[in-house]
Amino acid sequence: MRRAILLAVAASAVLAQPVFAADTVNPPADFKAFRDYFTQRFAKVPLNDFVNGPYSMDENLRKQWVEIDAFPPYQFALDKGKQMFETPFKNGKSYADCFANKGIGIRQNYPYFDAKSGEVITLDVALNQCRQANGEEPYDYTKDDMAALTAYMAYTSRGKPFDIKIPDDPRALAAYRKGEEYFYTRRGQLNFSCASCHVQSAGDHIRTEVLAPALGLVAALPIYRSEWGGMGTTSRRFITCNSQVRGVPLKAEDEEYRDVEYFLSYMSNGLPISGPGARP
Amino acid sequence: MIAGGLALRYPMCGRVLIGLAVAVALGSLATAARAASADDFKAAYAKAQAVEQQAGALKNQWTTTEAELKAAQAAANAGNYDDAVKHAVEAEALANASITQAKEQATAWMQAVIR
Repeated sequence: MRRAILLAVAASAVLAQPVFAADTVNPPADFKAFRDYFTQRFAKVPLNDFVNGPYSMDENLRKQWVEIDAFPPYQFALDKGKQMFETPFKNGKSYADCFANKGIGIRQNYPYFDAKSGEVITLDVALNQCRQANGEEPYDYTKDDMAALTAYMAYTSRGKPFDIKIPDDPRALAAYRKGEEYFYTRRGQLNFSCASCHVQSAGDHIRTEVLAPALGLVAALPIYRSEWGGMGTTSRRFITCNSQVRGVPLKAEDEEYRDVEYFLSYMSNGLPISGPGARP
Repeated sequence: MIAGGLALRYPMCGRVLIGLAVAVALGSLATAARAASADDFKAAYAKAQAVEQQAGALKNQWTTTEAELKAAQAAANAGNYDDAVKHAVEAEALANASITQAKEQATAWMQAVIR
């Protein structure tokens, strides 16, 4: 009788496990499952190639990427961003004074969890904080100036692996969890989540475009998009995604957008920064 | 049916009842055909807006709801209250659907997580 009860308890514990797992915040376990899913599903794609999004999906697309990168459409933004980065503020200080290593080669460490504010800080937010601390007006998070500046900073980090940390702080874990929730939550009249396109349908066509896998998705940002005819920041990308599924977007760099960038960047840990990128 | 049954059993009473039924039916038709008023629009619009605000509190508004609300207001501004009410009712339905989605997704998202 006792054995039967023990067996029943053990069986119920096993059956209950998936629910328990889904309710628990475990970034390393999520990371492993996420990585395994994409590398097994796209077994022919070298791990570091995932940062090239749709262009990593097959040989023909990879050839297209090589052709595009010979005369990159983001070059003008890159040149502009470098000039902006090196131009001192009116008070004589510059972006270099706000960042570690004078702002060069640091993109892979963003976003990070800021213990002081208890929030996730993206590179874009850090740049505006720097501007405001030096008496300058903040840039619009969706427009060309911010795209150019972040394009240059990403370029100085090219090849450096994402190194996103989730400190042992319940607030950081909560931010990660909110980002994960946002990524998997269906929204908009079309009832799509980020994962609908970038997990379940990754590699498939949506009209003439190939959907990028979520693994490495943020490594190429900011991007030049032919569809936009210009550069776009991470905020612009998220806002556009929401609108495309007929959902009212959040404000640029809303806390939830920063959290989802935190989640996606952590999932891309170890993959090289490839930004600025170019996409159809 | 009731009027018809009574009419069979009580011919006089039945004629009165059938007359009343016809009057009610004609009255309904008249109501259905009546053009919507500014007050009808205001009531329908306020109702839709209230539901859309609830969707906003859940951070799950739909662009199509917003478009219907705008179309309702535009139709009302043009004095076309029939269309204005139609758009407001549509907006309310869409807003309700977005709330249902948000409530369902509050837990359903976990089923999609890669494990």
